[in-house]
Amino acid sequence: MDLNGGNHPVSDSLRVENLCHSFVDAGTSVDVLKGVSLEARSSEITSIAGPSGCGKSTLLYLMGLLDRPCSGKIFMNDVEVQDLNDIDRTRARNKSIGFVFQFHFLIKELTALENVRLPLLKSGTDRSTADEKSIALLNDLGLKNKSHRPAYKLSGGEQQRVAIARSLANSPKYLLADEPTGNLDSKNSDGVFELLLQMAQSLNLSVVLVTHNEKLAGRADRRFIMKDGLILA
Amino acid sequence: MLCLELAWRFIIARKRPMLLSLSGIVFGVAFFVLTQAQTSGFEQFFIRTILGTNGAIRISDQFQDNVGTVEKVDQDGKVEFLFHSREDSLYREGVDQPALIYEALKDYPEIMGVSEIIEGNGVLNTGSRKSSIEIKGIRWVDHAQASDLISQIIDGSIDEFAADQMAVLLGSRISQRLNLKVGDRVRLIGGTGNLHLRVSGIFETGVSQIDKNRIYLHMGTARSFLGRFSGGSVFQVALKNPNRAPAIAQQLQNVLNHRAVSWQEREKVWLDVFKALRVSSGITVSCILLLSGLGIFNVFAILVIEKTRDIAILRSIGFSPQDVSAIFLWQGAILLSAGVFVGSLFGYAGTFLISVIPLRIRGIFSTDNFVVNWDLDHYLMAATIALFFVSFATWIPARRASKVEPAKIIRETL
Ligand SMILES: Nc1ncnc2c1ncn2[C@@H]1O[C@H](COP(=O)(O)OP(=O)(O)O)[C@@H](O)[C@H]1O
Ligand SMILES: [Mg+2]
Repeated sequence: MDLNGGNHPVSDSLRVENLCHSFVDAGTSVDVLKGVSLEARSSEITSIAGPSGCGKSTLLYLMGLLDRPCSGKIFMNDVEVQDLNDIDRTRARNKSIGFVFQFHFLIKELTALENVRLPLLKSGTDRSTADEKSIALLNDLGLKNKSHRPAYKLSGGEQQRVAIARSLANSPKYLLADEPTGNLDSKNSDGVFELLLQMAQSLNLSVVLVTHNEKLAGRADRRFIMKDGLILA
Repeated sequence: MLCLELAWRFIIARKRPMLLSLSGIVFGVAFFVLTQAQTSGFEQFFIRTILGTNGAIRISDQFQDNVGTVEKVDQDGKVEFLFHSREDSLYREGVDQPALIYEALKDYPEIMGVSEIIEGNGVLNTGSRKSSIEIKGIRWVDHAQASDLISQIIDGSIDEFAADQMAVLLGSRISQRLNLKVGDRVRLIGGTGNLHLRVSGIFETGVSQIDKNRIYLHMGTARSFLGRFSGGSVFQVALKNPNRAPAIAQQLQNVLNHRAVSWQEREKVWLDVFKALRVSSGITVSCILLLSGLGIFNVFAILVIEKTRDIAILRSIGFSPQDVSAIFLWQGAILLSAGVFVGSLFGYAGTFLISVIPLRIRGIFSTDNFVVNWDLDHYLMAATIALFFVSFATWIPARRASKVEPAKIIRETL
């Protein structure tokens, strides 16, 4: 399974077709996604907006192979991936997918650098290469002198940037961000958005950005609006 | 390796609960080693003493016949066998042809020493005090080879005993009870009459039962006192390897047609007592390890809950469920190995301390300090028990950690 066949840049897209998902809650089944289709292309930011509870996060986790859809298809690089086994899903999450969440989710026992290099070490990269790459990423994200700080001693904006650095550490093809600015003030929000834009272009990333922030959503290359488990536009 | 590193970081970030867990293992292992060293120390002491005093094998009582009779009965077409064991006439007391047995035994390569002994009872009388005792008539040269008698003499000497046909060696507790010293005279009464003996030495085995009751006489003196001028003796055999005693005893019994009893069989009651003591103290102390296991379980169960978010995030960046449980299993392994290591050191040091503390014991045994036994097995056993409990204590939380569903956890945190 080659999710990284990069010699065909146009096809480095993340596409879902007629995705359905439901949760069983207190005995009754709740349909959260009712047939969602969309495509996110490389070097672009694709935004998904919509009211709380409409199924944005659910969609994002399905696209990122954190969860399995009830029906529908997911394509990475035009390869069907929704039925991959657990080992391949884990490997794909490590190598091809980067996640950024609303809360930064850093491991507080580790320093910024140690957090960032986790996916690299996990994929078997040797330590010095991993450190080099992680420090370069942290520098790019404006955390030049903070790489050896414990994660919990950084500010909210800094922590989110460390989380972004970590999601980018293994040079993924797809970056899935679930309200990454939801917890930041507007100045930091703009900063993070600019960063994503810059990364999408310089790294040929397909960025999927779930956000409440209409201003940021409006600046994306492709825009989707969800309601009640369906894409409106 | 990455999982081990994360395990280490998680541990050192929680010094207090981890140190508590660690100290549980340390104390459990240390106490286990310490108590086993003591109980098995006394056991070894007993075995050593009993071997050095009564030998590895005792040969007595000639068989009169080896088999009972078997009768075949035909009754209404059913065949039955009736066994007649002739129990009351199975043995004749004592060895009949000691010279022959002695020569036969001397040729066994595994036998280190053979001593013929004539046994009987009598009463020692100092004039003011009396004490009934067990008499062992020996040829001292033979007996010295088949026992530790010479080194057990704490006062007087074997030479004094050798020089005087009317000499007696007294157990230390007898000499205390009758207030007898080397050189004193004492009367032995009973049997065929009355002997005037001279105390030529006092021996102490350390086993009270023996030190309270036993005296040694020269073979000839004992025979004439007991009125048994030939035969009726028993043999005490010392082996190069006492552990082989049961097999060799069986072999001797078959060849010599005399009853041969190994020390393991002879002292079974005592050995069972020691075993029970060792097992029960082992079980008691294992409870410390059980409790520390419960403590670790508690710490780890909380840790897994505390770390649920981190687990979800690790899963999202490519850690498998197995990797996640490995992080927790490694933490258990770190605690376990550190605990066993430090606990073994403490146990070792404690064993040493206890062995040098002066402590006068006058009970079943007489010793002047705790008898300890240095045995690697105690450490291995402690490690095994710790491994057992810690494995359980970590395995369950680790399994729970591997079951964390990342999507669910991450969504719930928002
Ligand atoms: N594990 C679950 N069990 C039951 N219902 C769930 C579960 N997870 C999410 N939901 C429901 O699914 C719907 C969509 O949730 P989500 O995708 O998180 O929405 P959004 O991110 O757009 O706010 C919500 O109504 C939520 O209550
Ligand atoms: Mg959401």
